[in-house]
Amino acid sequence: MPSDTEPAVRLVDIVNAFGRHVVHDGLNLEIRRGEILGLVGGSGSGKSVLLRSIVGLRQPQSGRVVVFGEDLYALDAERRRSLQARWGVLFQDGALFSSLSVRENIQVPMREQLDLPRRLMDELAAVRLALVGLSIDAADQYPSELSGGMRKRAGLARALALDPEIILLDEPTAGLDPIGAASFDELILTLHEALGLTVVMITHDVDSLVRITDRVAVLLNKRCIVATLSELRANPDPWVQAYFNGPRGRAALASEHAPPVAGD
Amino acid sequence: MSTAGAAIVAEPSAAARTDSSPAKLVGKGAWLVENAALLDLEVDQATTALARGSGPVVLAMDALTRLDTAGAWLLYRSRRRLEAAGRKVSVEGLDGASTVLLERVESACFKRDLPPPPKPQWLADELAKLGCAVLDALDEIQQLLAFFGALVTTLASTIVRPWRLRFTSFSAHLLTTGLDALPIVGLLSFLIGVVLAFQGASQLRQFGAEIFTINLLSISILREIGVLMTAIIVAGRSGSAFTAQIGTMVVNEEVDAMRTLGLDPMEVLVLPRVLALMVALPLLAVFADVMGLLGGGLLTIFILDIPVPQFLSQLRASTDGSQFWLGIIKAPVFAFVIAMVGCRNGLMVGGDAESVGRLTTQAVVSGIFLVIILDAAFSIAYNALGY
Repeated sequence: MPSDTEPAVRLVDIVNAFGRHVVHDGLNLEIRRGEILGLVGGSGSGKSVLLRSIVGLRQPQSGRVVVFGEDLYALDAERRRSLQARWGVLFQDGALFSSLSVRENIQVPMREQLDLPRRLMDELAAVRLALVGLSIDAADQYPSELSGGMRKRAGLARALALDPEIILLDEPTAGLDPIGAASFDELILTLHEALGLTVVMITHDVDSLVRITDRVAVLLNKRCIVATLSELRANPDPWVQAYFNGPRGRAALASEHAPPVAGD
Repeated sequence: MSTAGAAIVAEPSAAARTDSSPAKLVGKGAWLVENAALLDLEVDQATTALARGSGPVVLAMDALTRLDTAGAWLLYRSRRRLEAAGRKVSVEGLDGASTVLLERVESACFKRDLPPPPKPQWLADELAKLGCAVLDALDEIQQLLAFFGALVTTLASTIVRPWRLRFTSFSAHLLTTGLDALPIVGLLSFLIGVVLAFQGASQLRQFGAEIFTINLLSISILREIGVLMTAIIVAGRSGSAFTAQIGTMVVNEEVDAMRTLGLDPMEVLVLPRVLALMVALPLLAVFADVMGLLGGGLLTIFILDIPVPQFLSQLRASTDGSQFWLGIIKAPVFAFVIAMVGCRNGLMVGGDAESVGRLTTQAVVSGIFLVIILDAAFSIAYNALGY
């Protein structure tokens, strides 16, 4: 039986390649329970590919994906289904089912995995909507009627439908205005605190990284280094330096550290 | 949250204790979403029982092993009902994380419940749907006419200034809509010719008039089937492609970008496609005629044992070439309509990818529909003119 000290997700020697183009070569990563892990890397470094491998959408050419102590790609279909109820995924644009209303979208995982009475499903959908900060009037709207930010929130509500233990977010704040992005960060942070969620978040938003992540995984040279932000700032790699000590990185880090040391 | 071991031991449950003072709602086990159906019932019953009494109520959650948002909602719902019944409610025994969760759910929750989803009203809905369909159809006709007008205007201005025609685009579309369609048009026409000759011969044989199979073949293929089959294939093949191509460009905001750069989508996107199809479809129809006659001819020669010279002389006797022109003259008109509907549907695409699929289907259906309507109109016109 997996103990509580077992990491939520363990990636062992992952190799992902498209034809001759190798994206990950012997990548190792551990995601601890209850942490918020940022996932960064240059364009084409394979962030989304890695996310897809973690959630079972893309089997790596070699290597193991161990989720809650179970080897994901060695499981039979039924065990994998029950494991899937323990994570939620938010795709870049929400990936809501366009033929269903927001309420029905949130209820899809409940219908598939559980047998709940209608009234309770409606109530739980309302709770999810409230948690992600959507108004109750959004429940019966269709995805095409929502703005980009609302679609992301609705996507998050669906990802939270079964109270998952891990939630994986693909660029949750991309395309949002600074106010929307900040409130989305806040939302993830409160959900993380209230539900004890493990959060894995692909992002290009340095402000988000600074604000909410515990550790950051950097995809570099087909592998991955994991460290806290301050450790990464000391990393000599030129890409890491450019990312975290470039003008934007510095500004974000400075604003984070400024208020508590007002007398400095 | 306590350890995983304890969570497995304690069965999730909720029960009312009205005998104790204060009255209690005792929660046990893991209040998680997977147990929510059972807990929903138990919490409801317990709450109803407690709401009947008086005095304060304690929600005693000491034996709770785990709580998620579903459990927190049930707890909050029970508390809200009890408070509405005038009871003073307190929650006891929750650990730190669960208390935070409960507070978070409480503060987030709406003051009113989610309204029930709109109930379908069968008759009214169907009537409304019918009304909408009629209005949509009228709207559609009006828009199609408006698009027709815009297209003709662009066409006229291009005739005055022919150098404005996008020749590269025109020839590329000529290739994909014309040359690339040759195999499928040829094969289907050949097979239709075979079928037609076979069916015709088996009927005419009863009267000993097998030789007239050739007349049947030449008139039906040259005048109707060749061009009609080609138009239907092209509507399915190229009309849909036009909608999908232009629609995808609309979704990518390429068409908007064009407009801001001072390019007219009508001139850049629509006109080359329309003109290319108006050239390609007649040529394809000629090819279809040839292949249809070839298929029917081979059948009559090999199955009916009609010698080749006799076939040729009968073919020549059955038509003087006017049948061919009566058929082929329809081709550019069909092409214009198919291309116009395809392009217009492409430009009608809204911001979402879903409408691309819907409008592509619609382009094919409307294209074929209009082609057949026009074919009927041609028949009436020919009849009136005495052909």
